[in-house]
Amino acid sequence: MRALKFLLKKEFIQIFRNKLILRMIFVVPVVQLIILPLAVNYEIRNINLSVVDLDHSEYSRKLLDKVTSTGYFQLTDFSDTYKKALKAVEEDKADLIITIPQGFERDLIRDSKAKIMIVANAISGQTAGLAVTYSNSIIREFNNEIRTEWIQMPRMNARPVIEITNSNWFNPAMNYKFYFVPGILALLVTIVGFLLTSLNIVKEKEAGTIEQLNVTPIRKYQFILGKLIPFWILGLVILTIGFFVSYIVYGIVPAGSYLLIYLFAAVYLIALLGFGLFTSTFAETQQQAMFISYFCMMIFILLGGLFAPIENMPDWAQALTYINPVSYFIEVMRMIVLKGSGFIELLKHFGIIVLFAISFNALAIWNYKKTT
Amino acid sequence: MNNEIVIKTDKLTKKFGDFTAVDEISFEVYKGEIFGFLGANGAGKTTAMKMLIGISKPTSGAASISGFDVYKQTEQIKKNIGYMSQKFSLYEDLTIMENIELFGGIYGLSYVEIKARGKNLIDKLNLQNESDKLVESLPLGWKQKLAFGLAILHNPQIVFLDEPTSGVDPITRRQFWDMIYEASHKGITVFVTTHYMDEAEYCNRICILVDGEIKALDSPEGLKRKLEAKSIDEVFVMLARSAKRTE
Repeated sequence: MRALKFLLKKEFIQIFRNKLILRMIFVVPVVQLIILPLAVNYEIRNINLSVVDLDHSEYSRKLLDKVTSTGYFQLTDFSDTYKKALKAVEEDKADLIITIPQGFERDLIRDSKAKIMIVANAISGQTAGLAVTYSNSIIREFNNEIRTEWIQMPRMNARPVIEITNSNWFNPAMNYKFYFVPGILALLVTIVGFLLTSLNIVKEKEAGTIEQLNVTPIRKYQFILGKLIPFWILGLVILTIGFFVSYIVYGIVPAGSYLLIYLFAAVYLIALLGFGLFTSTFAETQQQAMFISYFCMMIFILLGGLFAPIENMPDWAQALTYINPVSYFIEVMRMIVLKGSGFIELLKHFGIIVLFAISFNALAIWNYKKTT
Repeated sequence: MNNEIVIKTDKLTKKFGDFTAVDEISFEVYKGEIFGFLGANGAGKTTAMKMLIGISKPTSGAASISGFDVYKQTEQIKKNIGYMSQKFSLYEDLTIMENIELFGGIYGLSYVEIKARGKNLIDKLNLQNESDKLVESLPLGWKQKLAFGLAILHNPQIVFLDEPTSGVDPITRRQFWDMIYEASHKGITVFVTTHYMDEAEYCNRICILVDGEIKALDSPEGLKRKLEAKSIDEVFVMLARSAKRTE
């Protein structure tokens, strides 16, 4: 264990002596957090829809048929109370709730006026915004249809009107920066955990210093810990800087607990460090490592749901996101920062990230032993 | 020099696929000896050495270092040896003193020992004014001497040097060999590979490797007598003429 202390000291001296890396650690979060959230636009399909039909009438059925036939919505939940539907949102099964109150048809026919309620999960601000816009226009269309229908039957009031009121849950201001910033924070942690570790180890290979260390009595696990611990700490430092910047620039304060975020980040970093170590065993030069890392990072990030919502991807791509650690962490960050989710709601994510941590590191150690 | 055997190999072989890099080499090295390993580029010197220091598993054959088996006891071997590779491999972005502390610490020296031996080494190399400078700022010759000093900082039983003087000027090479003699006098066995024939003359015994096989093993004098050659250079050319491998 004493040898580890010397290795850690050496690693920190090297990190702090490398002025470029040190500067990047501050510049990267600031630039990414300021530029990226201002640069993105969306269109959304397959929004998960939860329906609470308390009326069970011909008109309510017609309206729902119209909504589901557009292709924008996917009926994933059919609840009999609003409370249950809200639960589906909490479990991430639904993004939008349409509630048709009892007496919808009666009101529509008698008063030519009826109310329905649309509630959107605005964790993903643009999903929510578009979901509401889409549903509004569909209902307006439905409105027009029955109006033309009724014009031919003049015994009724020719101007039935459905009023729509909506509220955006978890992101009431519908500010998509709120949606974007937690994702970028996740990305920052990923870059440090994965890219820097991988490059650092390969640098030692290139310089031949790793061979020198291999000839000393240092155990493999000591060498590995000596590499992982500094970048683990660095990753958490970057996350902290990131939170600081998002507070200063956007005024974002996580709705959930910081403790929970750091717990997730800590485990997630272990997973990513393991992956960095794993890829470093394949590369002989920093150039190769850079290329491998870039390839993996691109796939991780583009399939991670940061820019393009996972709900929009084709099925095969959605399947890929299940084995992408980045997508879980981005989701976790959003759920804690925006929704204020607690540990219980994120238990599944936690389990999966722990699993990633164990398997990546096992793979890395196994491969590291094999190659040296 | 005594007759205590510190390195012993028996038909040690390393194959990479169909290619036999080291072919059934058998030899013994005695305590305190300066043992030279000579060969052209690609003759298998580095491969053989890597098996002896425990970072490359032999394909077949046996070898023991200080009585420890190269297959099973690599951890013990590593504690008892020092190693300097042909590529300079200290940390360029650390200072001389930081490198000394790192390697001293890794080999389990106490802070007091690290300080004392570090100072000793710096004095010996006349680097008092440079001890807080980054290693990358040193000329190559100084780096090599420093690397050797670090390789024997923990007083190993054997030190392995892989072409330690390549690219170094003649004066520095001379100084380097003074350091090797000093280590040898202290009882450290020196196992050195080289392709400089004049350096071979400095060794107690030399082993000439051609295409992965041992072609000759004797003292420089003995080899010259046997082959009626004037210099080791001539001996080497006679023996290595049959070599099929090129770079």
